[in-house]
Amino acid sequence: MDEPDVLELFLHFLMLSVMTIGGTQTVMPDMHRFLAEVHHWITSKQFADAYALAQAAPGPNVMYVTLIGWQVAGWAGAFATTLGMIIPSTIMTLAYARVVARNPDTPLVRALRRGLAPVAIGLTFASGWILMESINHDWGGYLITALACAIVLRTQVNPLWLVAAGTLAGAAGLA
Amino acid sequence: MEEIRPRPSAFDIFLAFTHISLAGFGGVHFWARYVLVDRRRWLSDREYVELLAMGQLLPGPNVLNLGLMVGYRFAGVPGALACIAGFMGWPFAIVIGIAVLYARVEHLPLVQHALSGMSAAAVGLLIANGIKIASVLPRRWRPWLFAVLAFAGAGVLRWPLIGVLGILAPLGVAVAWWEKR
Repeated sequence: MDEPDVLELFLHFLMLSVMTIGGTQTVMPDMHRFLAEVHHWITSKQFADAYALAQAAPGPNVMYVTLIGWQVAGWAGAFATTLGMIIPSTIMTLAYARVVARNPDTPLVRALRRGLAPVAIGLTFASGWILMESINHDWGGYLITALACAIVLRTQVNPLWLVAAGTLAGAAGLA
Repeated sequence: MEEIRPRPSAFDIFLAFTHISLAGFGGVHFWARYVLVDRRRWLSDREYVELLAMGQLLPGPNVLNLGLMVGYRFAGVPGALACIAGFMGWPFAIVIGIAVLYARVEHLPLVQHALSGMSAAAVGLLIANGIKIASVLPRRWRPWLFAVLAFAGAGVLRWPLIGVLGILAPLGVAVAWWEKR
């Protein structure tokens, strides 16, 4: 594995922050490409592990970014990825709040929302695809993925129970 | 009857977003609405939905963006910073705590299997999330074409996001603009 460059890490996440549309999972494919494929600062397995561990913690989904930074370069890495991910978007959101405040339904905003939604959906599936390839997969793993997906779509159960059930099934030897 | 509510201070905002963040196992959307609309009555349902839609459109974490707008509206920049501290500060410490514990037991085969199962379930939730938002797409071929191209470019071909977005985002918005006329 190569020696990580924290400044380059921070700068890349600053750029990703501006490109998140419809949720921070949409930049995951590029994060994986940059960290695991271009720089080899982290393995695909560590990347997927960090994502899974973050699901076990309370808080917003974006915290997976903190764990990935931690895996790459400890405290410096965790601050670099987390701050990089939120500083540009925070500045843009506050600028918006200052200028426009409340007017979410102009024709331009509607076109933006309708035009970007399909891209965000495609990128969300791309994230799922990359994580699936990263976890070692036999039929048991696919089964857990399929069941978790189906149950959360069809019931009101708190998703955390599904993460817990997946963990137990894995410990019992299914994955 | 309209009740008169005191204007929330930056500290109130910090407490509210601490609550949302720490209660939010498996996602914070539910808790954000519960705390801001039902419990504290800072927003009406309509305001909440509008701010969330805007938070989704702006870059960055959706609920953080919503919180920044709420914090800024009630208490200016200190309110926005209080939101970041409450919403991100606690989970930042907690996930690193989890990572430190994990590093101690990572070599155990049982832990490896458990984590594989956990990852598999987490991916299932992520895919379900994609299916949920995809179900609101109109049944026309153009939006689906953009979804498939984004998936293929970033997921299968592993192109840099800046290229994928640089091409698809302006085209997608232009098509949506043109289609509505």
